[in-house]
Amino acid sequence: MSSAAQAAAAKEADAPPMAANLFEIAADGPHLIGGRRKSDGRVVFPMPSGAEGQKYDAVKLAAEGKLWSYTIQRFRPKSPPYMGADDEKTFQPFALGYIELPGQAIVESRIEVDTFARLKIGMPMRLAIVPFARADGKAVSSYVFRPVQ
Amino acid sequence: MSEVHIVGAGIHPFGRTDGRSGLDQGIYAVREALADVGLEWKDMQFAFGGSSAAGSADAMLPHLGLTGVQFINVANGCATGGSSLLSGYWAIKSGEFDIGIVTGFDKHPRGAFNPDPEASGLPRWYGDVGMMLTTQFFALKIQRYMSLYGITPMTLARVAEKAFENGSKTPHAWRREPVDAKTILQAQMLSDPLTKYMFCSPAEGGAALILASDKKMRELGFKGPRVLGAAVRTRVNGSFEVFSPSLDIERGPSPTEIASKAAYEMAGVAPTDIDVAQIQDTESGAEVMHMAENGLCQNGEQEKLITDGETRLGGKLPINTDGGCLACGEPIGASGLRQVYENVQQLRGRAEGRQVENANIGYSQVYGAPGLSAVAILAA
Repeated sequence: MSSAAQAAAAKEADAPPMAANLFEIAADGPHLIGGRRKSDGRVVFPMPSGAEGQKYDAVKLAAEGKLWSYTIQRFRPKSPPYMGADDEKTFQPFALGYIELPGQAIVESRIEVDTFARLKIGMPMRLAIVPFARADGKAVSSYVFRPVQ
Repeated sequence: MSEVHIVGAGIHPFGRTDGRSGLDQGIYAVREALADVGLEWKDMQFAFGGSSAAGSADAMLPHLGLTGVQFINVANGCATGGSSLLSGYWAIKSGEFDIGIVTGFDKHPRGAFNPDPEASGLPRWYGDVGMMLTTQFFALKIQRYMSLYGITPMTLARVAEKAFENGSKTPHAWRREPVDAKTILQAQMLSDPLTKYMFCSPAEGGAALILASDKKMRELGFKGPRVLGAAVRTRVNGSFEVFSPSLDIERGPSPTEIASKAAYEMAGVAPTDIDVAQIQDTESGAEVMHMAENGLCQNGEQEKLITDGETRLGGKLPINTDGGCLACGEPIGASGLRQVYENVQQLRGRAEGRQVENANIGYSQVYGAPGLSAVAILAA
């Protein structure tokens, strides 16, 4: 990773993750943290917590994968549970979907893309850590996938 | 073991009935079913009932009569109605009871449901970032299916067009105005590729069915379709279900595929024997995918079947002849029983204006969160 990219990643990570054990920023960039079940190796995301978590080992998930499916959220989701800082007037549609991480799992994520029409099932996608604007003003960072340029 | 027949059927019109509670819509349906066969509430030996958002189903008892009847409340998500039917089916099949009723009603607030992440065992952030919507799940599932099997958006529009056309011929339907495929396709997009006309809405309604053993049916001089097979199955590893932050790469069968196979096996019939089918159409894509998951066609065949009108009234296999969830809405407690009610009407030759000619075998399937499916197969 270039020093510029490292600096960018560090800046993105300024705000704390929106949940513990969700992702980490390693030397090679950000990774989601999944759980590998000790009994059979099944990989899940996120890493299960509490008593269930005892059955899993934390595992760094691949930062790149292929788009498995996607949709565009065209209307503002109901609050609760949605916590976005936008309102009915300022809401901007966003993409989301599933990304298949080779040999691990298919994970759900919001997707950042300049033009929705660019999204094609099977296209390569890469993880990024971004700020998430919450309605209560609390600064947190979230994860997204973006098409690999 | 006894054979099980559906000898009476009643329904309260689906949709919106301002000023009438969900409970009252359930009571209305029960009274319709009793009147259908000229029986009284005191004749019922058991009752299974469900309601998701309109209170406890056994609150009907003081209104219908405190007869001491065994009344069991059923709650099984969107498959509550199907689960009530299955419970009644077993009660009679076991030989323990001769006659009883299965019923359900509901009255949901307008608009999409408000899910709670923690109630579903999910981390709060999943809801915070806007990924906890059932509409997204349906869109994600059909989007991938379309890409794998060459289904076009026009086919999704035709499914909804058919639903509203059938709804216009059905007294108990909510949406009774036809809407053409082009309008459906060009309507407001909610979650790509699904427009607002392609989604069903939460609604209100009630349904009730009276089940009887073959012996009791003969004794009372009744007639009614026989339940050939009925099954409820839940999700297994690799099934794609709502509210899943991750999925297994190795894909598995859906609960619908498993329930369907079990019901066909019990019934001793093949998918090619089905004359009329009511399958879960939470949105247009669900009907398309459920056609294959229920064995009614191969993956990908839907494009031609639907384009050729084979699933419309008059086609080779009419599907959702009362307009399904798209035209009737989805009151959870009653929805699965509505499907069976419609099949009962079809098999008794009482589906005026939408009758499938020579309908002999009827199939119904209701699917719901968090990943379960209930199937029932009836013979005239």
